[in-house]
Amino acid sequence: MIELDRAGRSFKVKREVVHAVRDLSLTVAAGEFVGCLGPNGAGKSTTIKMLCGILTPTSGTVRVAGLDPSRRRTALARRLGVVFGQRTTLWWDLPLVDSFELIRHLYKVDRATFRSRLGELTETLDLGAFLRTPVRQLSLGQRMRGDLAAALLHAPDVLVLDEPTIGLDVVSKAGIRDFLRRVNAERGTTVLLTTHDLGDIERLCRRVVLIGHGSLAFDGTLEELMATAPGQSSIEEVVTRLYTAGAQ
Amino acid sequence: MVRTYFLLAWTWTRAAAAYPGSFVLMVALGFVAAALDVAVVLIIFANTTALAGFSREEVLLLYGAAGLSFSLCDTFVSNLDRVSQHIKSGTFDTFLIRPVGAWIQLTTDRFNATRVGRVLQAAIVLGYAIAALGIGWERGWMIPVMVATGVVIFAALWTLAAALQFVLTDAPEVTNAFTYGSNQLTQYPLAVYARDLVKGVTYVLPLAFVNWQPGLYVLGRDDPFGTPEAMRFLGPAAALVLALPAALAWRQGIRHYRSTGS
Amino acid sequence: MLRAYVLIALWQARPGLAGYDVADAVTFCFVTQAFIGPMQLFGGGLSLPERIRSGDVALDLVRPASLQLWTLAEDIGRAAYLFAVRGLPPMLLGAAVFGIVVPADPGRWAAFLAGFAIAVVVSFGWRYLIALSVCWLLDDRGVAVLSMVLTTFFSGLLVPLNLFPGWFGDLVTALPWAAMVQMPADLYLGKAPVPQTLAVQVFWAAVLLGAGALGTRAVRHKVVIQGG
Repeated sequence: MIELDRAGRSFKVKREVVHAVRDLSLTVAAGEFVGCLGPNGAGKSTTIKMLCGILTPTSGTVRVAGLDPSRRRTALARRLGVVFGQRTTLWWDLPLVDSFELIRHLYKVDRATFRSRLGELTETLDLGAFLRTPVRQLSLGQRMRGDLAAALLHAPDVLVLDEPTIGLDVVSKAGIRDFLRRVNAERGTTVLLTTHDLGDIERLCRRVVLIGHGSLAFDGTLEELMATAPGQSSIEEVVTRLYTAGAQ
Repeated sequence: MVRTYFLLAWTWTRAAAAYPGSFVLMVALGFVAAALDVAVVLIIFANTTALAGFSREEVLLLYGAAGLSFSLCDTFVSNLDRVSQHIKSGTFDTFLIRPVGAWIQLTTDRFNATRVGRVLQAAIVLGYAIAALGIGWERGWMIPVMVATGVVIFAALWTLAAALQFVLTDAPEVTNAFTYGSNQLTQYPLAVYARDLVKGVTYVLPLAFVNWQPGLYVLGRDDPFGTPEAMRFLGPAAALVLALPAALAWRQGIRHYRSTGS
Repeated sequence: MLRAYVLIALWQARPGLAGYDVADAVTFCFVTQAFIGPMQLFGGGLSLPERIRSGDVALDLVRPASLQLWTLAEDIGRAAYLFAVRGLPPMLLGAAVFGIVVPADPGRWAAFLAGFAIAVVVSFGWRYLIALSVCWLLDDRGVAVLSMVLTTFFSGLLVPLNLFPGWFGDLVTALPWAAMVQMPADLYLGKAPVPQTLAVQVFWAAVLLGAGALGTRAVRHKVVIQGG
């Protein structure tokens, strides 16, 4: 479903070339749930943006759902749901329900399907109380639930989330995790998320990918990740070791 | 595409209409601002009967035609000039994850229907000038062509200016000066300007085709700068010649977008 | 720049109109262009409306210095900077392309600089009032547009006020906006009686600053009552 083959993206900063991502190869099959870890500035967001077609890779190839994201951006958008934890994709000044209505038109979802999906999402994400509130007045937890619903209204094959639990309280986090697990299990949606919250990884991801300095540092199951550092008991310690080892 | 455009525009208008008082006030103010704009022309003609050989009604015809094209673009396209703002704040990313072109989404972003006040003013001025000059269909057919040509030229200018903002994110005023300056230039007969400037806006940046060249045909006059008669009809071609690089520049701009907002 | 061509065309059709010759008209055009930056003739320039909306103004009001004088000092500092950066280049450009009139008489320069300084204060007085209006009006955008339209039209920035016909011309020269652009430009060209012109400018500066002081008191009252 997602294929990166020696993908790279470099930026020119003051005449110097900085490689945000280099030679990253990764394949995610349909129905997988993959968590992506990595220290700040490792290239996680850049990778996500290449998958969505926001950034054009400077080397290698990227395929999502069989499409080249930067060339077939709008075609891919119909099959892809995107959530940015740091920033809403909803229309800031419009009531939540207006945003959903717009998405229905933009993604050409027919009215009956839209209504049943929105009903379902409203129930599972508990949106009912603030559907008519402008997005800018929502709390972070409410907004994130709204963003999730917006990303799933068109029933995408792939869901990509960049730090979806950032800044959320314990209860909101649990709600979001539970919801993501259900989306993956019940609909078979392929999910790729980046996070700094190891709880997300432990509770959700069968497969863990670690990016350091723009390339792949680890790819395997959670158990395999733990096995890289025998004797360490917590995932925090294991990941700390991997991060600091990568820095040397 | 057109349907998507109007849907987005309508959603913003509806959101703005939640505050009807302010909405009506803005329409009225837009109209007043536009009226004072044309008052400048009237004040100049209170002091003279001809400006560079053109009468008041002739100037108003040129003014109205360019004004109509410009205000239509100002209403429907000008939101593009916020692109650098979106790039800087990182909100441009969200335009790229939708299954609709970024151009359509940006032009309708915070669509401001209150700008119709200016469209109305320009239409009234143009209508008055046509009536006062007694222009019939035999030459008047050019007027709708001229306005459409102007719309394409201004829209292309705005697109070029916006594409430039992918490179010059810190200078939105520079690109703004470009579009609003073009409008100012076309408000008067080009005969008032220096020959080299007019050459520039004929052969380099085809502003002369917004209203001047086709306007000369409508008025049945010769070009004081002596360009051949055939030039009067080249407007649509000139507009397309400008629109093409504008579209390419926009595509290139998006491909080179660096998404450094976060 | 474009305005200069239109005015040249007008003065070619009517030489000597309004007591200016072509060179005077062009000079008027470039001198007034130089005013736009320092006087913020298109509106804005003050951070006050933003501070009122965010509630930060409460912090400003408890400072020992007067809010109005504080803002004025800030604005004059910026005006001096903008005059150098944004004001002088268009004048030099105009001088290079069209050849503008440069007064040789130091007395005229003194009169112009005095008039210009007062004009900056008048413009501040007006913009300060507009900024305060945010406290009572919800839609500051509308007020900003209105202010810009009034200022550019009635100050002489678009067309010199002495071209306005009849009673309308008398009316616009009596309004405060004339003290911002028309009057200092006429002082530069030596077309206005110096003491009277400066007196009218000082009068408008005093009236607007006075109104601003009253407005500040009302805002203080409002903020105190509403608790910020």
